[in-house]
This record gives sequence, structure tokens and C-alpha cells, in this order.
Amino acid sequence: MSEIKIQIKNLYKIFGKNSKSALEKVKDGVNKDELLEKYNHVLGLKDINLDIKEKSIQVVMGLSGSGKSTLIRHINRLIEPTDGSVVVDGDDVLKMNDESLRNFRRKKTAMVFQRFALLPHKTVLQNTLFGLHIQNIDENEANTRARKWIDRVGLSGYEEKYPQHLSGGMQQRVGLARALTNDGEILLMDEAFSALDPLIRKDMQDILLELQDELHKTVVFITHDLDEALKIGDRIAILKDGIMDQEGIPADILLKPKTKYVKDFVEDVNRARVIKAKHIMSTINGQDISNAMVVNQDDFIDRFIDKVISEKPNCIIVKDKQDKNVGYLSSTRLAEILKR
Amino acid sequence: MEKLFLSEFPELSRETLRFIKKGFDTSYRAFSREYGDTIEAVFDPVLYFLVWFEKLLQNSPWPLVLICFLAIIYFGSRKISVTVGSLFAFLLIGIFGMWEDTMSTVSIIGVCTLLSIGIGIPVGVLMAKSERAQRICTPILDVMQTMPSFVYLIPVVMLLGIGKIPGLLAVVIYAIPPIIRLTNLGIREVDSEVLEAADAFGANPRQKLFQIQLPLALPTIFAGINQTIMMALAMVVIASMIGVKGLGQPVLKAITNQYFAMGLFNGLAIVALAIIFDRVSQSFGHRIQQHRSGARE
Ligand SMILES: Nc1ncnc2c1ncn2[C@@H]1O[C@H](COP(=O)(O)OP(=O)(O)OP(=O)(O)O)[C@@H](O)[C@H]1O
Ligand SMILES: [Mg+2]
Repeated sequence: MSEIKIQIKNLYKIFGKNSKSALEKVKDGVNKDELLEKYNHVLGLKDINLDIKEKSIQVVMGLSGSGKSTLIRHINRLIEPTDGSVVVDGDDVLKMNDESLRNFRRKKTAMVFQRFALLPHKTVLQNTLFGLHIQNIDENEANTRARKWIDRVGLSGYEEKYPQHLSGGMQQRVGLARALTNDGEILLMDEAFSALDPLIRKDMQDILLELQDELHKTVVFITHDLDEALKIGDRIAILKDGIMDQEGIPADILLKPKTKYVKDFVEDVNRARVIKAKHIMSTINGQDISNAMVVNQDDFIDRFIDKVISEKPNCIIVKDKQDKNVGYLSSTRLAEILKR
Repeated sequence: MEKLFLSEFPELSRETLRFIKKGFDTSYRAFSREYGDTIEAVFDPVLYFLVWFEKLLQNSPWPLVLICFLAIIYFGSRKISVTVGSLFAFLLIGIFGMWEDTMSTVSIIGVCTLLSIGIGIPVGVLMAKSERAQRICTPILDVMQTMPSFVYLIPVVMLLGIGKIPGLLAVVIYAIPPIIRLTNLGIREVDSEVLEAADAFGANPRQKLFQIQLPLALPTIFAGINQTIMMALAMVVIASMIGVKGLGQPVLKAITNQYFAMGLFNGLAIVALAIIFDRVSQSFGHRIQQHRSGARE
């Protein structure tokens, strides 16, 4: 199907003076606590394998200290791994020299940070075109491109303001505009919305999804919030103490949690609000589809559940955006999903 | 015997001590005979510039010089009060016959400050970039700052004799530590997250230095420049002992001849200069800080 954009293989990261010898200990099965207590090294990541598909949003989720930031920083090599490989578009990021690494960062990736990391001495406009400025792109062109994205994130009129004058939500819009202006195919977002209050956060999520619909970037999105992960992610990877517990589509994470950690995570979620029709549909093969109700594949269950209850259809047909039948849902299946 | 040993510190014999000191001095003298001229030649351009600048200030019509000063003071501080205060200070200095000496002092302070900035900022940057440079420079700076200022004069005079350049050197050596230290500090204090963002967007080390680290460190660097100017002013009196012209010489003369009034007037002129330099450089530093925090709409 779609191509793999970022391939992370057997990635290990151990913080400390003698990480190579600590690596052997970890490979022999020493866990994070023991490594810290006995050997005074911090286990950042252990044997991470993750294929990230082109043009999809890959969420990485986990509690504080689980290694999310460490993982995302390996993709543009802000952190050097202790072992393993990171391949983007077939190129090994770890084999790049300084110059080609800089080029890779300039052309292919852009990053949005949890605490915004804007340049305090530059205006919104200057911040936004920072990535282009560094590449010595013609001032006029850079300006036009930056203004376009400032406008898209809803900040026109604020071009000449300094970051300190903006609210957190607005600052992160600048962060997003700065990343989008760079026009890399890969967007790295490290808890980009975690510092914002709920309403603004929802706004930003909507902006991101809206933009993604037209831009089709490969997004790696870090969060510690399950609702956010389910809302945004095409796929979700769950990290715990540097180990990847589970990786899959949101519905699988919800419906088939592999470990207790994941189970605890997903326990209190309102499933009707996070599971889409396409996640639970079965393929059509000769069922009776008379008296059927039609839903869109991207509809969440709670969008049509009331109608199902009142109309009691025989079955539910799931269509895609082009109005093609892609699957069906039975009420039994629905009930099964929603019962706790 | 034993009593004597405890009551008096067991010191090297006078012979040995004299031998050590003499050996040290002789070899330094040999060094200065060998290289003194070369080193002096290196400073020739600085000397020309200093002399030219001093003559310029002294020989131009005083109203013109005064107007230039006031313009610089106003644009530096953007404060009417400071400008008017400076006007009165300069008028008083002129009326009490200290105009020429003041011009000498201003010129040497100006040149010393420029030299200190030119040398101090790169050294500070180096210290911020390399742990090893920091480990080497810190103790040297400590010594430079605590060594009694008179001691600087000795090797400089031995090397270069008496005159403007040795005086200038002594002043620069004495006044340069703050600017080095604060450049280093300012750069190290730059938010690591901002630097990480610059890395993530592919900035190279030069771009990071000039577009992020130095601009963000500027207010701190400016505090260093301010301190450097103040220290240079303090040292200028001492350096007058080795031939630096200016307000320091009359002070020296006043001390030897016990002319209290003369000492007081020249002392007050130095104080006035110090206050003017301080107010202007401080409010200038303050302004760039406001600018970066966005207070200027
Ligand atoms: N430079 C470092 N030196 C030593 N240990 C580190 C370093 N950076 C991270 N760690 C450790 O690695 C582990 C993972 O850190 P990381 O920042 O990736 O977690 P995170 O999932 O992003 O957490 P948060 O949600 O708090 O941002 C933590 O135990 C942390 O203490
Ligand atoms: Mg983090």
C-alpha cells in the first residue's frame, strides 16, 4: 500500500558515560530501574522498531519519562542513538555527515516544540521565515511564503509582534507556521499542544487535521493524552519506560490492548467518541443490505448511534468519501463494541 | 633553636631569594630587549589611531566636539535629563580648565573600550564554545581581576618603556575581564530549547552564533561593556604614572605636591565622565533589552 517514509530499526538509547557497555546489560535483559540503580545509566529507549507510513499521522504516546521526546529526536538526529538505525526515504540518517544532515533537516523535516522554542528577539514574521532565512532563500520569496502560513494559522495582523506579546496558543500557531513554511515532508511534533488549555488545544488539533487533509505530510505526533492520540492518529505507538508496548490503529489499541499498561490507559475512554465506522466494519459479502442505513467511514460511532437506536436498521452500510460502499456494520457488532 | 624555628617561618635564604627574583627579572629583561621593538611595532597602528583621535578631540573647535558628544549621549540614552546633565558637566570641566585633559582621557577610554570589545568578545565566544578554553581562561581572568593594578604596570613598562601604548595596554589588561566573562555567561545562558530549534531547522554553528546566541546575549554583553568602561576609567589615573596623558596626571601631581583643590577638581571631572559613560551605556543596554522583549511597539 502506501510507502514507508521513516523506518526505525532496533533503536537503543542509553544515557550515561559508558553507554556501550550498558547497552550489553540492556540486551541481556537488565531493566530500566535496575540499570539506573546498579549501573547508573538511564535507559532512554530499548529495541524500538517502528515503520511510519508516508502521509500518515503516527502518534507516539506514553507517560512522562517514557522516552517519547528521545524517540522523536532520533528522527532528525538531535540525539545520537546508542545502537540501531533510522532510515528516511531509504537514506540512513545516522550515516549523514554534518553538511548533509543540515540539508536533511532544512529540506525534509520541520519540528514543533512543546514549549514553542520561538526566537524571542525576532518578530512573528522573522520567526516564521527562520527556516528559509537559514537556507539563504531570497528575502521576497521567503516573505511571501511565511505570510501565507501566518495567514493560514490565523495570525495575520500579528506579523510584527514579538513572541512575548502573544498568548500560548498564538505562540504555538507561530511554531506551526514556522514548521509549515519550511515545507518539509516530515512534520515532527513533540507534545506540540500539551502546554495549551483545552479549548485552544482543540482548536489547534482541528487546524492540524484540516491542514493535513490538504498537505498530506508525514506527521510524527507526540502526546501523553489518549483522547488527543485517538483523535489525531492514524496509528498509535505506546511507549513505557523506553519500551514500545503496542503499535497499531486506534481501534486496535482500544479494543485489543496487549498489556496491562495499555489497558489501564484505554479503560476510561468513551469508545463511541473515538472509534470510527471504518475501524469496526466488516467487508460486504452478500449480506442482506435492504433497509440499510448509510454512514460515512470517518464518522465516529456517537454521530450515528442515536439514529441506529431510533431507526433500528437491518444493517449499516459504510461508505467512503467517493460514496463507494466499503463495508458494513451489524447492530450486534456495535453493541459488542460499546458494552464495557 | 626549636623555638626559633616555630616563631619564624622557615624562609628561603636571602641569597636564594635574590637569585630567583634576579633570574626572573633578567630573563624577562632579555625577552623584552629581544622582542620589545617587535611588540611595539605591532601596536603602531593603535598608537597612530589613538594619537589621531586625541588630536581630533583636542584641536577641533570645542563647541563642535561638545555638540557631537551631546548628540551621541542623546541617541545612546534617549534621555533629555542625561543629556542636559552632561552639558553642564562638560561646561564646568571647560570653565575650570580641564577640557584638554578630559579630551585625552575620553580618547584613551574610547580606544581602550574598542580594543577590549574587539578582543574580549571573541575570547568570550571561544570560552562559551569550548569547555577547555573556559577551564584555561577562568583562572587567568581571576588573577587579572585580583592582581593589584599597579603590578600590571611593571612588566608593561619593562617591555615597552613609558608612554601611551604601555599605558593603553595596562588599562586594557585591567579592564577586559568583565567583557570576556559576561560574553561567555551571556552565550551560555541562551535557552537550550531555542538552540535546539535552530538545530532542528538546520542552522550551522555560524548562523547559530550570529543570529541567535550573540543577539540574545547582547544585554549581558552590554553589562560587561559598561563594567569595562568603568574599570578603564579607574585605571586611567594609575596608568598616568607611566605616561598616559589626561585627567590622571594632574591628580598625580596634586598628590605629590599636596594640592587638594587641584586633586579634587580633576577627581570630580573623572567622576563626571564615569557617570556619563555609565548612564549612557546602561540605558543603551536597557533599550536593546526592551526591544528584544518586544516592549517597543
Ligand atoms: N540528556 C539526558 N541525560 C540523561 N537522561 C536523560 C536525558 N534525556 C532524557 N533522559 C531520560 O530519558 C528518559 C526519557 O526521557 P524523555 O524526555 O524522552 O521522556 P518523555 O516521554 O518525552 O517525557 P515527558 O512527557 O516528560 O516529556 C527519562 O527517564 C529521562 O530522565
Ligand atoms: Mg518530552
